[in-house]
Amino acid sequence: MASVLELSNITKRFPGVLANDHINLRLEKGEILALLGENGAGKTTLMNILYGLYSPDEGKIKVSGNEINISNPRDAIDNGIGMVHQHFMLVPVLTVTENVMLGNEFTKSGVFLDKQKAAQKIREISDQFHLNIDPDAIIEDLPVGLQQRVEIIKILFRNAEILIMDEPSAVLTPQEVDELFKIMRNLVDQGKSIIFITHKLKEVMECADRIMVIRAGKVVGEATPVTADTKKLAAMMVGRPVELKVQKEKSDPGEIILEVKDLTVLDKGKKIVVNNVSFDVRNGEILGIAGVQGNGQTELVCSLTGILKAESGQVSILGKNVTTSNPRQITELGVAHVPEDRQDDGLILPFPVHDNLVLNTYYLPPFSKGALIQPELVKSNARELVKDFDIRTPGITAITGGLSGGNQQKVIVAREFSRPIKLLIASQPTRGLDVGSIEYIHRRMVEKRDEGTAILLVSTELDEIMQLSDRIAVMYRGEIIAIVDADMVTKEELGLLMAGVKTEISGKKRKPRQVREIVT
Amino acid sequence: MEENLKNQNQNFIKIFLEELSRNSLVFIFLAIFTGLVIGGILAAATTESIYQAFDVSFSEGVKASFELIWSTYSSLFQGSFGKPNEMAASLFSGDKDEVLGAFRPFLESLVTTIPYLFSGVAIALGFKAGVFNIGAEGQLYMGAIMAAWAGFTFKGLPPIVHVPLALGVGFMAGAVWGFIPGFLKAKTGAHEVINTIMMNYIAFNLTTFLVTGPFQDPNESFKTPVIEESAKLYRFFDPPMRFNIGFFIAIAAAVIIWYILYKTTWGFEFRAVGLNPNASRYAGINATLVTILAMSISGALSGLGGATMMLGVTFRQTQSLSTGYGFDSIAVALLANNHPLAVILTAMLFGFMRHGSRLMQLQTGIPIDIISILQGLIIFFLAAPAIIRTLYRLKEPKNEFEGVLTSVEHREGARMNGN
Repeated sequence: MASVLELSNITKRFPGVLANDHINLRLEKGEILALLGENGAGKTTLMNILYGLYSPDEGKIKVSGNEINISNPRDAIDNGIGMVHQHFMLVPVLTVTENVMLGNEFTKSGVFLDKQKAAQKIREISDQFHLNIDPDAIIEDLPVGLQQRVEIIKILFRNAEILIMDEPSAVLTPQEVDELFKIMRNLVDQGKSIIFITHKLKEVMECADRIMVIRAGKVVGEATPVTADTKKLAAMMVGRPVELKVQKEKSDPGEIILEVKDLTVLDKGKKIVVNNVSFDVRNGEILGIAGVQGNGQTELVCSLTGILKAESGQVSILGKNVTTSNPRQITELGVAHVPEDRQDDGLILPFPVHDNLVLNTYYLPPFSKGALIQPELVKSNARELVKDFDIRTPGITAITGGLSGGNQQKVIVAREFSRPIKLLIASQPTRGLDVGSIEYIHRRMVEKRDEGTAILLVSTELDEIMQLSDRIAVMYRGEIIAIVDADMVTKEELGLLMAGVKTEISGKKRKPRQVREIVT
Repeated sequence: MEENLKNQNQNFIKIFLEELSRNSLVFIFLAIFTGLVIGGILAAATTESIYQAFDVSFSEGVKASFELIWSTYSSLFQGSFGKPNEMAASLFSGDKDEVLGAFRPFLESLVTTIPYLFSGVAIALGFKAGVFNIGAEGQLYMGAIMAAWAGFTFKGLPPIVHVPLALGVGFMAGAVWGFIPGFLKAKTGAHEVINTIMMNYIAFNLTTFLVTGPFQDPNESFKTPVIEESAKLYRFFDPPMRFNIGFFIAIAAAVIIWYILYKTTWGFEFRAVGLNPNASRYAGINATLVTILAMSISGALSGLGGATMMLGVTFRQTQSLSTGYGFDSIAVALLANNHPLAVILTAMLFGFMRHGSRLMQLQTGIPIDIISILQGLIIFFLAAPAIIRTLYRLKEPKNEFEGVLTSVEHREGARMNGN
């Protein structure tokens, strides 16, 4: 029998880049194929070709043995190919049924929407695959995990046989990820086929039937979870052996650098998003703030760095009250900030790399004399940092927006870490990055800690929090519901806390800290 | 020493060319060329004699069309530069009056360029800092009327005091007109496009009120008094030549703004806020202040443009200062991709077309409005780069971050659509 999907010799060139280089791919009915690769390896380009967003320069696509031509998403859908995007394409104020129908409406006598019929079909799909979705629920009331299921229903509704899932776990809690894997298993058991795009080794090992590794536009290897191990896969992805363990000694905390007392922050709509939060960070330690995205971490960091004004409470850095200080005053105290959204808040993408490397120091000597910028010194600074921090760029005058995500992040890290700093506030420092860059940034952070910097790490990646932190605070609905020693808590317990379930911490640690493995 | 000076000079030219070539010069040239071609077709299509020629035979029609287009553009050229043979002959004869006579269209075109240059730089600076100043026209009005006031009110001052004073008053008037929408945007989020348009109306009507009321010449209605001799800008030649020092002030303004934008910390802040206000705020830049400053300086430059028109060309404010300069200058700035040095060239393009079009209308009967159509077409082709690219099979530039008129979002959108 023919494979359900077969890609042969797919090649796609962008100016100056060979994004896909003669890629061959087979997907059998009823299997989960994991497409593993670093960012920029060409996974997404390949899937966009399959979904009709790009057209390939060379190559053929066969569905169930028949060669087809896909020139837009509509063709893809007609051929039974559906895509769950990383960022959901849902209208928050509409119901599940309305969202699912959108673009594919059932009608009564040609003009009136037939919501009943659509809702009925949704219910059937939901029951068949155990998705547990109420067609009449409003999207914005649903948790992220369920919204994702609505996306899945949306493509099943259009009779998809092949599901492409682009980094589906990025936005989920560990428990939700487990649920998702169960659903994926359900889908393939009933004859659907799934291509699962990810750069997370652990997930691949957990749920894939077959693994294909892509690097620099080429297929560099295939494996099954039984035959492969994470170390080998990581090396395949990156192209060199990767150190998967964060080497770090026990911390030796000193004086308090950052002290937060009863801090309350409102968002634009005057809703309380950070509720009466208190904690402190000492020099030489990493305090991790764990939590599912959207539980107030963003606003907490914004208010610590002076971007958002606090409603009440007090923030002190090095004993100085900075509750009402502006970002520049806070930076000048020796605070570094790696913002959550590197492209929106951390960098000016159209600027050359050398300007982004002085984005918060351009006005200080030696980079300027009076009001005159000293271009030579800005550039020599950039040359140095590009070398020290291994930023892969065509040159220091290259436009920052043209760099890969990992290298953009390295620009920020280089800028923030190269100053003498007392406190580092890092928000999602490795989000969306590949194994190589994550390894690098983690190592630099531990180095900074050992130099005596106090570090506040905010991350939704539980593994990252567990590997790096000395103490862990869990944020849920704007409150810090627990602060625990990293040694004293298991991943499962943290997962429950992140979901708002207050549990007793058993105090048992899983394994010795130094050898806890990065699973990215 | 001399070597050094020469090197420096070359260096400057090199920088100038580099700065220009960044703005995809070929692309702009092709847009202008395409605009001229289509403009020519339109000129032919709207002329009755062409249809009559086509009635005779097709080849007659084509011939007549080419003749018309040729005469249109050659009279446009003569009107803006002068007659090439006369210019050459006068240079050989060496007679000063003859030379001036032959070059008069060229010098007058430079005079027309002055307000374009000021407002073009003003708007370019605004764009660089992320504000869209549509109010250049009103700022120019305010600069002109207030400079006129300073020009006729103060008496007995030496020119060395009076001229800078009057220019300064015009500068400040424009600055106030820019500050208000800038302040409103920074503090309340009110969109500057709306508010600068409102400020334009206030400026037009305020000018009318002043000219017919408080500033009215006691002996002549609907006009201000003529400014004092001491407030007039230095003119290089005798009347009727109006070429004055204002042109060089405008060039200096463009160079100074370029220098500030690309060489100083303030310029760094302006450009940073213009490209990404969020990241700028995170980096400790006071984006609110930058917005207010950018609008104020932008207004001030436009005001200065109005003041130089007043003190160098018109000498008194009548009810209608005419113009449209402020609005056309949006196109001048965009055409230059908001680069102050490139504005020098695009402002000249507009100034020369505008001045040359008068002779064109006189000689060929083609209405002056064709110039607006030409300018519109050029802007259109710049705003829709895909058309020019398809037309001339140009490759997409590798990095488009500073591409003409396109922003990051637009391009990502284009890519998403399967570009």
